[in-house]
Amino acid sequence: MSELSILGQRRPKVNSWAHLTGEARYADDLFLPRMLYGRLLRSTRAHARIRRIDVSRAAAHPGVVAVVTGADMPAKMGIMPSTQDETALAVDKVRYVGEPVAAVAALDEDTAYDALSLIEVVYEDLDPIFTIEEALEREDVKIHEEARRANVFKEVHLSFGDLDAGYAAADHVRDDWFFFEGNTHAPMESHSAVAQYGADDKLTLWTSTQVPHYLHRELEKVLGLPRSRIRVIATPNGGAFGGKSDPFGHEFAAALLALRTRRPVKITLDREEVFYAHRGRHPVKMRIRTGTKRDGEITAVHYQSWLDGGAYASYGIATTYYTGALLTVTYRIPAYKFDGVRVYTNKPPCGPKRGHGTTQPRYGFECQLDKIAEDLGLDPLEYRKRILQPANSRTVNDLRITSMGLGECLDALGRATRFSDRRGQLGRGKGIGIAGSAYISGAGLPIYWNEMPHSGAEIRIDRGGGVTVMCGTAEIGQGSDNVLASVAAETLGIMPSDVHVVSGDTSLAPVDLGSYSSRVTFMAGNAVKDAATKLRSRLLAVAAERLEVPADRLLSAYRRIYDRADPEKFLPFADAAVLAESKDGPLVAAGSYTPPKGIGGTFKGAGVGPTPAYSYQAAVAEVSVDLETGTVTVDKITTAHDCGRALNPANVEGQVEGAAYMGYGEIIGEEQVFRGGLHKKPSLLDYKIPTSLDTPALEVIVVESVDAEGPFGAKEAGEGPLNPVIPAIANAVYDAIRVRFDETPITAEKVLDALGKRDNRGIAKSRIGPEGLGDGKADPKRALRRLGASTDARERKRTS
Amino acid sequence: MLRLPRFRVLSPRTYREAATLLREHGAAELDRARGTPTLRVMLVAGGTDLFPNMKRRQFAPELLVSLAGVRDAAGIHENGRLEISAGTTLTAVAADARVRERYTALAQAAEVVSTPQLRNMGTIGGNVCLDTRCNWYDQSLFWRTAEGFCMKTNPEVVCRVATSSPLCLAVASADTVPALLVLGATVHLEDADGGREVALADLYREDGIRAWALRQDEVLTDVTVPRADGWRSTYLKLRDRGSFDFPIAAVAAAVRHDGTRVAEARVAITALGSRPVLVAPAGAALVGTNLEDDAIAAAADAVHRAARPMDNTSGTISQRKRAARVFTERALRALRANLQP
Repeated sequence: MSELSILGQRRPKVNSWAHLTGEARYADDLFLPRMLYGRLLRSTRAHARIRRIDVSRAAAHPGVVAVVTGADMPAKMGIMPSTQDETALAVDKVRYVGEPVAAVAALDEDTAYDALSLIEVVYEDLDPIFTIEEALEREDVKIHEEARRANVFKEVHLSFGDLDAGYAAADHVRDDWFFFEGNTHAPMESHSAVAQYGADDKLTLWTSTQVPHYLHRELEKVLGLPRSRIRVIATPNGGAFGGKSDPFGHEFAAALLALRTRRPVKITLDREEVFYAHRGRHPVKMRIRTGTKRDGEITAVHYQSWLDGGAYASYGIATTYYTGALLTVTYRIPAYKFDGVRVYTNKPPCGPKRGHGTTQPRYGFECQLDKIAEDLGLDPLEYRKRILQPANSRTVNDLRITSMGLGECLDALGRATRFSDRRGQLGRGKGIGIAGSAYISGAGLPIYWNEMPHSGAEIRIDRGGGVTVMCGTAEIGQGSDNVLASVAAETLGIMPSDVHVVSGDTSLAPVDLGSYSSRVTFMAGNAVKDAATKLRSRLLAVAAERLEVPADRLLSAYRRIYDRADPEKFLPFADAAVLAESKDGPLVAAGSYTPPKGIGGTFKGAGVGPTPAYSYQAAVAEVSVDLETGTVTVDKITTAHDCGRALNPANVEGQVEGAAYMGYGEIIGEEQVFRGGLHKKPSLLDYKIPTSLDTPALEVIVVESVDAEGPFGAKEAGEGPLNPVIPAIANAVYDAIRVRFDETPITAEKVLDALGKRDNRGIAKSRIGPEGLGDGKADPKRALRRLGASTDARERKRTS
Repeated sequence: MLRLPRFRVLSPRTYREAATLLREHGAAELDRARGTPTLRVMLVAGGTDLFPNMKRRQFAPELLVSLAGVRDAAGIHENGRLEISAGTTLTAVAADARVRERYTALAQAAEVVSTPQLRNMGTIGGNVCLDTRCNWYDQSLFWRTAEGFCMKTNPEVVCRVATSSPLCLAVASADTVPALLVLGATVHLEDADGGREVALADLYREDGIRAWALRQDEVLTDVTVPRADGWRSTYLKLRDRGSFDFPIAAVAAAVRHDGTRVAEARVAITALGSRPVLVAPAGAALVGTNLEDDAIAAAADAVHRAARPMDNTSGTISQRKRAARVFTERALRALRANLQP
């Protein structure tokens, strides 16, 4: 490859200034003439039948313009076509506290708020289910009638290689249980949507979404309006992290209210509602049984997971498969069995959060590898290096591996942190830990079956040399607009500032499946490169003619097309554009990207896991544990990440740092937990997302394996780097206090418990974690009994 | 976002006027027409606690009497004793060189309240009068409706933390209070007819609802700390994060030496019950000692006994009770170390 003029340099993102100055227009910044304000009435019950909804008083309230309920939009919807079990607003039943039931549009927000209290809903309570164990057992209570076995949403079993032979050949077998607590995305911007239904009978929805194309499809289905009359515009997302990749009730409600009133309607969720919209990390119970030879070589792995899915499907079927799919891509595993079960519970639906479904098993597996290394007397870093899955190989579950930089990541970390010298040497209360991981650069399959490209892009060059790139990606703060502009600029030989990006608009831009599964740089990047390459050859053809130089001797950079043998012989880019348009008409080209065939297996369930390229990463965490208060402080996290090629190192480092921060928060204290059916901490004061003062020192090492199929060699950098941080911290805590944390988060209480200092009457433990399924720690009915006692006492007081 | 309920604001120029307005508008009267009964008229200074609570409809007063326009409501004066006007911001208290040097615990406490933005708005008077907190209470109207309310917002309901408790168990959560307690602070209260001085220790009650021995028509105007000759003090706070969070256990300690012996000592705690407590036995255990380890241990034991956390904040009961002991030891050891030349 020739020298790069734009890519590989540290550059501010094309939209940095708009975001920094507040000029970027988020959905809630939109104010349209005659706009109404909407609010959702939410369920106060965890599980209940809706006997009656009376909206008449609300509808008659001065200032209220329209009220809609679930009955107005009864069509089933959901992000995965095979498991659509949601409605825009609850129809006959509510399944979690906070589920949207009705929506009001009024002249102002206060009126809409007041009107909600005038809607009368009569509920008939049903037994709620809050735990995995109870969901597996209770045949008498069905959160969804369709569930065949108790409240099981999905059960999958996959087996590869000869598991029995693997265990038979093992010298050492470890069998460990883990639990990963649920947590949520907590983006800075709460969800917001503005809908407008025009005199042309067309609906426009501006919304903070990661998936404008999928939402477009669902709007058609639910509203009964042909897609040709719907336009979805993904506004810049103020953070999303997977939490804005489902179709949401407020989006349909805003659209329907706009249809009914023929006035623009805005619905912006408040912070508490964002906790109910959720779709965050699944709580997962896991059992991992791993056989190894004396030298640590893995002979067999049996991985089982039980996912607490909450009330609806969301991406759950993919999440379930993801918990088992990617364990095989980092280290050699010759025999592998995966059993996964996802259950329904009466809590806000879980879904994809950064690392989607792979974060929990990666935590369990990397903690177990640390134990195996210790059992066998191996250095955890050297051990991982010795068992690496090779580049350009296939895993036991038939996943194609291409570029693979995990070994380089581990080497780089060893040098940067002196891990092997320092492990076990830092003194009691101080520790260092390591873990590796991998992630996909975009899912190999779309969520609905089709033969079309995963990403399309269109590029237009104007007569002044300006370039417009159109692509259906959503800018969610990750820098996708900048990637599109930079790839186009590099290919055409101009500057990113010459490029105008139109993204996330279903009417103006070709379909890109969306900003999820870390697919944008790889897939949209390739699509833009494809389109730009077509235009480039037209420009080079006319330049060759004008400069009288063969086209293959021409290069383009810095707005010039020049002779590589004599760079002073050049044609300005804008002149080339004029010549090309004069010759063959407007300079417009479309490009696309479709992942290659044969990157995964053909068995049922093989659709989840394949990707055109895996990113690899490893992290070292350094911690201090206060032995008297139990407080864990993470002093430093060093992450090495193989992103193929860093198209913009500053942006890659930002993503890796952000991921390290998020992973740190997940293990140190963030938890989406409930008291009965009620979220225990639905605010940013109570949900302990770390502040800048808490955040450890973060160091990033970029490893470049230059992937053969990635755009200019690039792979993903957005999600994978979260994964190793969590087990690295757990392993570091072990190094500090010799206690295994086989469950998250690691709280001060749990540390004190392990140290035998819980209120001065405990006994020291070497491990904190589950003993199995239904081990009594999570008594399913405890919360309910407590709630019942409290309600009974209330009644006694009332009647006495 | 959550919206404020509708209300009127009056902005008097003097404390006397503010107190008169409180009385005229029926300061102690409850408004039962708004879902949960709340006071009809309330005072607002910085608003950093009041407005979020109003957004969540923990109360929805018809009328707010704002202290923002009161003349000379802010300022710190040292003439023999330290006089802090109630409207002084927490930022100003934390930054004041005299406070930092001679009333250290207070500066340290003011400095760790919430976030810089909130310290710029929040006042010392507001912090002293901070509403008690509970994770059954500090929730939105929606949440509390779904949960069925609690004693503090609905008199027909029991305390949800301990259903047999006759009293609300919401938690005293003001950082500056234990610091002011160990410094021996008094407060000045003004009403329409005159004023009175109250020892800060007497301002609080063991009751999460009626947490202050303060009439609804009184205005807290000044905080006064006696001359700090020879006193050294410090404040330690347990919270989940380095910013933003209320204390879930906190200890302030002050000692005055006479030669090598402790002549006077005070230890106070907060966030470990409904009332901030000056732990007298802890102070007594230190007098006459040279802060030897066993003296410190005795004081820490006394604090541990006085700490009665419930399961209604972040963290856990045992973690917070333990922190009370550990922080007492650390605070006293810090004061001992300070003594070394």
